[in-house]
Amino acid sequence: MKRSILLPLAAFAVSILGTGIAAVSAKPVTYVLPDEATAFKPGPNLETVQGNCGACHSADYIATQPQGPAFKKAFWEAEVTKMIKVYGAPIDEADVPKIVEYLVQVY
Amino acid sequence: MIDRRALFKQSGALLVALGTAAVFDPLRAFADTVTLPFDNGERPLVKYPQKRLMIGMTSRPPQLETPFSVFNDGPITPNDAFFVRYHLAGIPLEIDPDTFTVEVKGNVDKPLKLSLAELRRMPSVEIVAVNECSGNSRGFFEPRVAGGQLGNGAMGNARWKGVSLKAVLDRAGVQKDARQVTFNGLDGPIVDKTPDFVKALDIDQARNGEVMLAYSMNGQDLPFLNGFPVRLVVPGYYGTYWVKHLSEITVIDSVFDGYWMKTAYRIPDNDCNCTEPGTPPKTTIPIGRLTVRSFITSVGNDAKVAAGQPITLKGIAFDGGTGIKEVAVSTDDGKSWTPAKLGQDLGKYSFREWQLPVTLAAGPHELKVRATNNGGQTQPMKPLWNPAGYLRNVVETTRVTAT
Repeated sequence: MKRSILLPLAAFAVSILGTGIAAVSAKPVTYVLPDEATAFKPGPNLETVQGNCGACHSADYIATQPQGPAFKKAFWEAEVTKMIKVYGAPIDEADVPKIVEYLVQVY
Repeated sequence: MIDRRALFKQSGALLVALGTAAVFDPLRAFADTVTLPFDNGERPLVKYPQKRLMIGMTSRPPQLETPFSVFNDGPITPNDAFFVRYHLAGIPLEIDPDTFTVEVKGNVDKPLKLSLAELRRMPSVEIVAVNECSGNSRGFFEPRVAGGQLGNGAMGNARWKGVSLKAVLDRAGVQKDARQVTFNGLDGPIVDKTPDFVKALDIDQARNGEVMLAYSMNGQDLPFLNGFPVRLVVPGYYGTYWVKHLSEITVIDSVFDGYWMKTAYRIPDNDCNCTEPGTPPKTTIPIGRLTVRSFITSVGNDAKVAAGQPITLKGIAFDGGTGIKEVAVSTDDGKSWTPAKLGQDLGKYSFREWQLPVTLAAGPHELKVRATNNGGQTQPMKPLWNPAGYLRNVVETTRVTAT
């Protein structure tokens, strides 16, 4: 954790010195993202969910959505459909009901 | 307002913890989580390089919300507290400022590739402007809607310095048939079929002299996650247009039909840009200017304040670019309103601070604040609704108890 914070800051400092006046910085600026803050909660078809949903975004995209009776099967079916139709997620037809089952049960 | 209460809660927990534990971790002293005041609003406090502890909404791609107490510290939002919003997880993690270029192409006489050094050699312009996420405050929508469940912290105000887009376009020579200009950055999708994040402005707006390629934010290089080394700044317009890591500017002779303009970031095409809660709009248009908003920043919900003596309420107001004309405060749940004293004018696109001394009798009070801009627009007393959860600007209510 500590290393991941300090390294990019050092790189950034180098860059500021380099570009500030003469633009002679020697190194690219790098950024190290911290570890993901949340994981997919345990539930049915967890691996299918991790492999499909988790390929493009972290679990907190799902975990922070509104919850309750209005946000069950129809809501999650619409979300999974949007991921496929709009965002081009390569999800097998057969996996869709499995993913929806997980989302409805766990969130 | 939001996190304050949560932090109080956590402080209580901390005191309990300190009573039983011997180890004191200064990072943990700020608490591991905050709870935004809507259902399922618990969020981790996260530490990213170049950022102070921020409210973590998502990790991949990173989306960080500014703790609301920051807005009480002054009209300029510090770089290390400025919110972060990405759409697609393919974000750049290494950028060489020496080889980075902004390409200008399409319907222009002379296509360009401008290095950072070349941009810095061009005449610079400066502007103080609010960047607010279209979905700021979405978590408060009722009925709730899908999307990033933000509190009020997806906004910030900074002094931007860079080159005007007009100057860049003039250098490339915009051709007569130009209708729009599109903007693409280094961030992109993980899957090829996901539409890349590209935004468009009409050619007249692109050449209004205010839209800017910013390489400096509050006197420093842009923080990496705020678009280093160059981002588009579109004063008065929602953050969706402020493309980060800006690398491609394309002049086109048509209206851009990419997903992020044609389908996403659309608002109802009617006078209120709203619909009956829970219903879809008939027709939509791309989101544009910021709605007028105001906040009390000096006290949060459930705060205890001194009764029977003057206390100074303080806060901020802003709008989409006409500037703030008046801020009025009500301490009796909207029955009567008193104009507040406006703070320094940093320009019509900036946060405008305000303050007002009030004396509250012992007991509970509902404090409200309402801004009016120079265009005569003000804030609605009841929230307006749209299915995407954009444009929120209801008059905010802060409940306090005077003792």
